[in-house]
Amino acid sequence: MNALSRFAANRGALIGLALIVVLVAIVVLAPMLYPQSPWRMVGRPMGAPLDGSFLLGTDTLGRDVAAGIVHGARVSLLIGIVSTFAALLIGVPLGAVAGYFGGIVDDAVMRFTEFFQTIPSFALAIVLVAILQPSLPSIVLAIAIVSWPPVTRLIRGEVLSLRTREYVQAAITVGQSTPRIIFTQILPNTLAPIIVMASLMIATAILLESSLSFLGLGDPNLMTWGYMVGAGRSRIIDAWWISFFPGLAIFLTVLALNLVGEGINDALNPRLRKEVRK
Amino acid sequence: MRMRTYLAAGVAALVFAVTSAAQAQVEGGSVSVVVTPEPPMLMQALNQNGPTNMIAGNIYESLLRFNEALEPQPSLAQSWEVSEDGTVYTFKLQEGVTWHDGEPFSADDVVFSLDVFLREVHPRWRPIVNNQVETIEKVDDNTVRLTLKQPFGPLLLAMETASAPIVPKHIYEGTDYASNPMNNTPIGTGPFKFEEWNRGSYVHLVKNEDYWMDGRPYLDEIYWRFIPDAAARAFAYETGEVDVLTGGAVDIFDVPRLSELENSCVTSKGWEMFAPHAWITINHRNGILGNQQFRQGLMHAIDREFGRDVVWNGFGEIPTGPISSKTRFYDADVPTYDYDPEKARELIEASGYDGEPIEFLALPYGETWTRWAEAIRQNFADVGVDLQIVTTDVPGWTQRTSEWNFDMTFNFLYQLGDPAIGVARSYISSNIIKGSPFANVGGYSNEEADKLFAAAAIAPSDEERQELYSQMQALLAEDLPVLWLLELDYPTIHRCNVKNVVTTAIGVNDGFRDAWKE
Repeated sequence: MNALSRFAANRGALIGLALIVVLVAIVVLAPMLYPQSPWRMVGRPMGAPLDGSFLLGTDTLGRDVAAGIVHGARVSLLIGIVSTFAALLIGVPLGAVAGYFGGIVDDAVMRFTEFFQTIPSFALAIVLVAILQPSLPSIVLAIAIVSWPPVTRLIRGEVLSLRTREYVQAAITVGQSTPRIIFTQILPNTLAPIIVMASLMIATAILLESSLSFLGLGDPNLMTWGYMVGAGRSRIIDAWWISFFPGLAIFLTVLALNLVGEGINDALNPRLRKEVRK
Repeated sequence: MRMRTYLAAGVAALVFAVTSAAQAQVEGGSVSVVVTPEPPMLMQALNQNGPTNMIAGNIYESLLRFNEALEPQPSLAQSWEVSEDGTVYTFKLQEGVTWHDGEPFSADDVVFSLDVFLREVHPRWRPIVNNQVETIEKVDDNTVRLTLKQPFGPLLLAMETASAPIVPKHIYEGTDYASNPMNNTPIGTGPFKFEEWNRGSYVHLVKNEDYWMDGRPYLDEIYWRFIPDAAARAFAYETGEVDVLTGGAVDIFDVPRLSELENSCVTSKGWEMFAPHAWITINHRNGILGNQQFRQGLMHAIDREFGRDVVWNGFGEIPTGPISSKTRFYDADVPTYDYDPEKARELIEASGYDGEPIEFLALPYGETWTRWAEAIRQNFADVGVDLQIVTTDVPGWTQRTSEWNFDMTFNFLYQLGDPAIGVARSYISSNIIKGSPFANVGGYSNEEADKLFAAAAIAPSDEERQELYSQMQALLAEDLPVLWLLELDYPTIHRCNVKNVVTTAIGVNDGFRDAWKE
């Protein structure tokens, strides 16, 4: 059974994938579904769902909650992917260097990594965003800075075991340059764990961004799910829909990404899966 | 049958007797009041933060009180006379007044407070005493005379408790005022005495048994409670833990819900002296913002009624100019700006605005202000103006505003009863100074307006002042130094059986002298 068919046989992973396809479709179709700015006051304030022409109701200023969710999807996904990519850009080279060279280099890199791991990541993210002023780049940067250490540890471990393999030893013997060995022999073989980790990191990044926005540390000019939950929170008694639907959107997206990540993991490491299930 | 009628009449008479007895003021009782945030200190002459004034205004007293029409009423001064030419004010003091520590109060305390103490420490009294007052002298133990350099109409209004509290000479004379240990246990002449301050929790005031006014106060004690979260404050009122929510203690959207509870009363009165006026401060130094036509376009673009009705839940009035309609010398006959995006777009286009982004420094005073900024950003987007909101915390806002480091921001200032005291400071060019967010931080400079403000402050009669202030309002409403948004309402919510909480122009700040609990 190859990886693809193993993934296809995993029902949870398929459900997750379906949810992500829907999400991507929403992001792509957002300009057609809701061409107006989600900040526009379009209806009666605090209108209930299905009351009037608004599917998910309106918020305290009469803004369309559904429009907010559709436009917020784009921001959430964008921040999730970009900040994960940024974290990989920091984490992968560091891990590769530490694992390949070992010794003092390894010690230095790992102590540096541990330094970041000992600081509570959410607190660090809050501090970074507060200092840099809340904006899209500062939020991406903050999420990347708090999420790269696990990547480094993972890659280091992989490289540590890969570099003792015969084909790497052979590459060294034929005299390939060190960067070439790292990039062409070792890193391609770490791709599978990186993909699994990245899919889970996107979920974490979306949660982190939502938490920041919830606390009022989001980009004030971007409609995001976390912002919507935060802004509707104080009205939850008389207008539950303002914070419920964006909260549901966060929940489903994070769940879907986790299911897909698990699915990929199981598909790529069938032996590991069996051992765990035993 | 007849018998029963008599009986019914008897019962009715009895009921009537009981209810009318209940109408009379009842002595005793304890009241819990929520005030937010916790004040830094209670020595009112050294600190005039809102929460300080709310509590300390019941400990300290000034020469005068003000009713809701801003007319002076006796307080430590039982009567006063103003000379024909408006330059000599003679105050006759109450007799038999003692400080909370038992020392007698006299004209010496008044002279010391106004001439020495407040001249040195008080930001609002200092400019008045330095610029307007020639001498402050004791005539006899119960009489004080102020002689002015020229007539100064607002002088009496400056005698409000927070603006000119009378402090005990025997405690402060010759000491370093700011570090005097007695600042922690304030001694005043007011109806309530300081008892205890449990930091982070409450301030406890008790009845002053030797208060100079017979029969007052009615209440035995007041607890001023500090609860850090707005929702928790609302909850404390709902559960009956507290009796009074002072203005601003709960989010404005909670006010209708809380006022519909049983035995719950709400009033917007008691803020006439302050009449907080909210606007968008414009930094005139920054590019297109110095353009009058552009500002007029922005004013037409803002849906101010939406702001009041939706963002502020219907509380407040829409202002026409720099002077609040709740205070003196207001004139409605000025150019007005209705919500008209079409007209706004034309004016903005004609002004030469090229689509450059304008930064809006958000005011970090809670959700209502954030929502308001979002609504206005959308109003501006509708007419093609690109407003980018920048968020910050309170120290960040104060710092950036004081240092002129902004394009636009919200602000709201107290009017303090008279335009010469509370209004002029935001528009006159001599007040373009760094270091305070309440100066003319936008850098608005208009010679004509400067002249009108200066002349109106010292014009001898109210008619002449009105004439000059009317001209000033018409001029500024045309020029728009700032974008006036709302005359804010700060509703006070209280249990209906706590009576007479708000009877003056400063509401709870000195209201507990007359309050009683049924």
